[in-house]
Amino acid sequence: MIKFLLMVNKQGQTRLSKYYEQVELGKRAALEADVVRGCLARRKEECSFVEYKDYKLVYRQYAALFIVVGITENENELSIFELVHNFVEVLDKYFSRVSELDIMFNLDKVHIILDEMILNGHIVETNKNRILAPLLALDKMVES
Amino acid sequence: MSDVVEKTLIALPGLFDSQTGAAKITNRLRQLIKSITELTSKHEEENLIKQELSAMKEQVSSPNTTMKQMREIMVRAMYCEMLGYDATFTYIHAIKLAQQGSVLEKRVGYLAVSLFLNEGHELLLLLVNTVLKDLQSTNLIEVCMALTVVAQVFPKDMIPAVLPLVEDKLSHPKEIIRRKAVLALYKFYLIAPNQVQHIHAKFRKALCDKDPGVMTSSLHIYLQLIRESPDGYKELTVSFVTILKQVVGGKLPVDFNYHNVPAPWLQIQLLRILSLLGKDDQSTSALMYEVLDESLRRAEMNHNITYAILYECVKAVYTIHPKAELLEKAARCIGNFVLSPKINLKYLGLKALTYVVQHDAKLALQHQMTIIECLDHSDFTIKRETLELLFRITNAQNVTVIVEKMLDFLRSCDDEHTIIHLVGKVAELAEKFAPDNSWFIQTMNEVFSVGGDLLQQDVPNNFLRLLAEGSESKEEDDQLRLYAVDSYLTVLKGDASHLPQHFLQVMSWVLGEYGHLQESVDQHEVIRLLTKLLDQRNVSLETRVWILSALTKISEGHTDLIADLAESLSSSQDTVLRQQAHELRHLSRDSQLHEGVLPHGAPWEGMEVDSSLSFLDGFVSEALAAGAAPYKPPHQRQEELCEDRELNLEPYSFSLPVSLSSCSITDRHSPTLLSVSSGLSGNSTELSQKAGSSTLILEGVKRVWGKDGYLPQKETTAPPVDKPSPAVQPSGQQEASERIEPQPEPSTQNQDKQQLASSLFVGLGAGSSMSLLGKSEAPPPRFRKKPRPLDSSSSSSSGTSERSSDSSSRSSRSMTDNFLYGSLLEEEPATSISAFDHTPKSTTANGLAENTDAKEDRRANTSQILGGDMVIVRPNTIQDKHPPPASSDLTALLPADLKDLPHSDVISLTSDPSLSLCSCRVFRDEALLLVIFISNCTESVIKDVAVQLGCEELETASLRGNIMDSLEGKSTSVCHYALLMDDPHTNVSFTGTVCYQTQPGHTSTLPFSGTLSTADFIRPLVVTTEEYGKLWLSLSHDVKQNLKLLTDASDPLRTTLNALKDALQLHIVDIVGSEGIVACRLLSGAPCLLHCRVNGTALAMWLRSPHPALPDCILYHCQRALAQH
Repeated sequence: MIKFLLMVNKQGQTRLSKYYEQVELGKRAALEADVVRGCLARRKEECSFVEYKDYKLVYRQYAALFIVVGITENENELSIFELVHNFVEVLDKYFSRVSELDIMFNLDKVHIILDEMILNGHIVETNKNRILAPLLALDKMVES
Repeated sequence: MSDVVEKTLIALPGLFDSQTGAAKITNRLRQLIKSITELTSKHEEENLIKQELSAMKEQVSSPNTTMKQMREIMVRAMYCEMLGYDATFTYIHAIKLAQQGSVLEKRVGYLAVSLFLNEGHELLLLLVNTVLKDLQSTNLIEVCMALTVVAQVFPKDMIPAVLPLVEDKLSHPKEIIRRKAVLALYKFYLIAPNQVQHIHAKFRKALCDKDPGVMTSSLHIYLQLIRESPDGYKELTVSFVTILKQVVGGKLPVDFNYHNVPAPWLQIQLLRILSLLGKDDQSTSALMYEVLDESLRRAEMNHNITYAILYECVKAVYTIHPKAELLEKAARCIGNFVLSPKINLKYLGLKALTYVVQHDAKLALQHQMTIIECLDHSDFTIKRETLELLFRITNAQNVTVIVEKMLDFLRSCDDEHTIIHLVGKVAELAEKFAPDNSWFIQTMNEVFSVGGDLLQQDVPNNFLRLLAEGSESKEEDDQLRLYAVDSYLTVLKGDASHLPQHFLQVMSWVLGEYGHLQESVDQHEVIRLLTKLLDQRNVSLETRVWILSALTKISEGHTDLIADLAESLSSSQDTVLRQQAHELRHLSRDSQLHEGVLPHGAPWEGMEVDSSLSFLDGFVSEALAAGAAPYKPPHQRQEELCEDRELNLEPYSFSLPVSLSSCSITDRHSPTLLSVSSGLSGNSTELSQKAGSSTLILEGVKRVWGKDGYLPQKETTAPPVDKPSPAVQPSGQQEASERIEPQPEPSTQNQDKQQLASSLFVGLGAGSSMSLLGKSEAPPPRFRKKPRPLDSSSSSSSGTSERSSDSSSRSSRSMTDNFLYGSLLEEEPATSISAFDHTPKSTTANGLAENTDAKEDRRANTSQILGGDMVIVRPNTIQDKHPPPASSDLTALLPADLKDLPHSDVISLTSDPSLSLCSCRVFRDEALLLVIFISNCTESVIKDVAVQLGCEELETASLRGNIMDSLEGKSTSVCHYALLMDDPHTNVSFTGTVCYQTQPGHTSTLPFSGTLSTADFIRPLVVTTEEYGKLWLSLSHDVKQNLKLLTDASDPLRTTLNALKDALQLHIVDIVGSEGIVACRLLSGAPCLLHCRVNGTALAMWLRSPHPALPDCILYHCQRALAQH
């Protein structure tokens, strides 16, 4: 099961956070700082999975942005690793060459995309067209 | 892919102007984002967000704010919360936005709700109407978002309101609506399973949906359902296999592909489902061999995602009923992973290997050199996973090398969580496989030093218990103890200032208890070393108490040394230390008292414990007379606390432990006291929290019965891969034999590694038996624990704790026991009819054998009691006063229709010169039969015998034979009462009289009385795990408590449950891993379900019943039964 998904940049600033298990607001900042520290400390040639408390962290770096997913022990790390990439590909498709700033300026839309892909910590959709369909429909309605 | 995010902060200024895209950002949000990117310190961030929040507050309260602006405010609020600042005031506006906004605004409103509010937030109730409206909207997008939010956060109690609408959507023409409806129902199933029980047929329809997306969504539900009870869904195996075949065969539309791999995550999900279905089931497994083979074959493309599928496939192959050909392929697959230069694949290979070695340890042999390389890998994660793998293959032959590797790793590790986890494992291995005493003690020293104060309390507890209880041979035990003493003296002579508290506590306890074993060392020296510790500044108060306890034990005869110490401490600021100092002074002066309180070198089993706490009776009745409130058992207190939960209970957590300070001290300091005592020490906050969270735990309970880590009967599921079958081709055979005895080419530079390999993988070769492979069948542990001493004091406090605490805290310990026992004011039964020798005789051959065993055990215990090993003060039994006259023969007199029913022993009720009354309890399904044997002791005829029985709490359903015209001399007549219990009481006493005439006109009356316990009215409730699960959720009354676990056997849980089953007529439904479920009912009435979980050395028991008092009663009898054991 997926416990949380974070987008954090190299400076340790959170760009997006989504928790699938309740974590108190006050504890999130500390958790995120810990998580980023854990990922930043790792070298390129090391594997993309780190143990963190009861979780396993799966992380993937895109330019200056890290996407980190906290998962339970029974989850398949490599499939999550690829899920992250699928997510980025979807973002790329929607924003056409996505950047950190696209994510910042469209926080709500990125969340809407994520909601289509992961629900309650489970992967519910991975088909790119289907993931984007509701958001594109929304955009269309706003335009008209 | 790295070019995807090329535009970085460097390009920032330009981007601000050229922001076109889908978003037309308004000024305020743009300003906020710009400021956030420019932040350089936490302080700046704080100022910025503070300003932002106050600006937002103003804006939301202004009536001119449009919905469009509100949408932007929501995004700003998301930013504030994301950075960790509370924006509670916007929550209500999020709901408003969802209610009133047009589509995009509405979606953002819903999004904000799902981000801000967690399940159970009261504001969610305000969302219900909006959701209802949107579910009925003609706009599909609105329906869609309503379904999304329902699947994310929705108040549990309001599910019935939307359920029909969501169900309708299952047959909606649009796939996206059907898909989301299925996901919403899945969520409902997770949070309130009994609400969606009726729509299982619809789940099935979703599984067969023509759209692959809808089918995929339904798999979430099925994975969950099958995890809970795989047996109920076996017939779906063929469907899942067909689906997987189609997916693997590329039958899905192309847009489901990910990097040319068809729907990989769907494949993974299906493989998980199949492995659950095929586990321990040969015929079901046979259905999936073909598709698994195809999956293994197809996934040969060189992409991460195919490896992810392969990993899942390998796991499935090793989980289901084995097939040699598949196992071989899977093993080769693991080989590819482990040998891969890609580090992520190597990791996954190690993880797969860790999983697989439980079934086939020889696979580790094949990859031994890789494993050794991984052990020295620079990557922390890889090392960690390798150690996990080594832990799984540890045996008596390689334990020293593996433990050394683990300790090496620990010394260089600074991650708290890893240390705690790994240190526990080292301790476990040391205890299980230690080759000799010195190694064991030294390893444990390392464990205590490395683990430091992070160490979980149960590590030192288990260690001390092991030392204290010892094995069968006293000589060996003393050698171990002596070694420990020597080792600790050496440690303490060095620099002790850096030692962790746990280690100091262990050392002081051992020195106090066994210091005398070392005759060559002067006790003065021991006292000096311990006293020196007290002077150290970093020694915690708790440790000081341990040290003082130890000093008290060895103080005898060394008054001179002790006097100064006691003097200096008697003015200590701390009351506990002061008290101990006083005791120390008294005891060191009075050797007789010392001997009585702390018998020198005697095992604590000899201690006399008054389990009924009769010495407090006077105190209690005085207190009651003075108006004190009667004692309430903890769960009752808990219930009451729940009732008025709105009260702020915070302060109690401080006040109670203080008032019971001496009591809680014993808790904290006794090495083996279990969580019961701390749970019961009166911490009301804790209790109320427990009660408050009871709804949440529900999910946890469900998971219990389907955890995929659990693997019963490993031996049967995994015959060795390499076992060459007669059908195997010669070449295959050769290959197999090569694998059995790998002989890597020795090279000079590799020689060290070779050596390491031979020491690590010893005992895993083909020559060693299968029993070494699985963890389930561990070789006989080095330190076999002696059967636990008869522990009458409580369900949990063991001997060690008794000795470790000292004389005057004995009274306070009794207090603790009191709480543990939960029966301060409950009277002990007047007779022993029910409590002690309730051995229903089962009629089935199986049950009979079991019961005989149990009886023998009990007899053995009794003889132990008589033998003076332990004196238990317990109420006199009538039985002792009047040995029943040939009572064994009396059972022969049972009426024919009762003879075959299980019944208790015959015990004497009362007698006078003419008549003698005995009774026997016969356990009928729907009632308890109290059979009374009336024997005429005289030679002459007795006339008009009439038995009358009365009991307020019980209902008499029928009676037979209670009036006789005459009873011949030296004969016995039988009458019986069918008794029903409607409301459970722990013990029920009955009274009655027999009137008879020895001479005409002269009527004598003989009164009698006895006690029945609830246990007599309990019958096994035979249910399946599935029925149990359903019933569990429907039951309302809830009691939780920790009980003693019978840890002396190899399978403590099973032993404990069997002991309970013997004492009370329970039905053990299922035992899975460290949990067990048990069911019973009150005659034919209310059921009671027990959920037991091994929690360290305690048994956490959770009872549920529709009857409020039943769990309490059953809990009470369980406690009794275990205390007797």
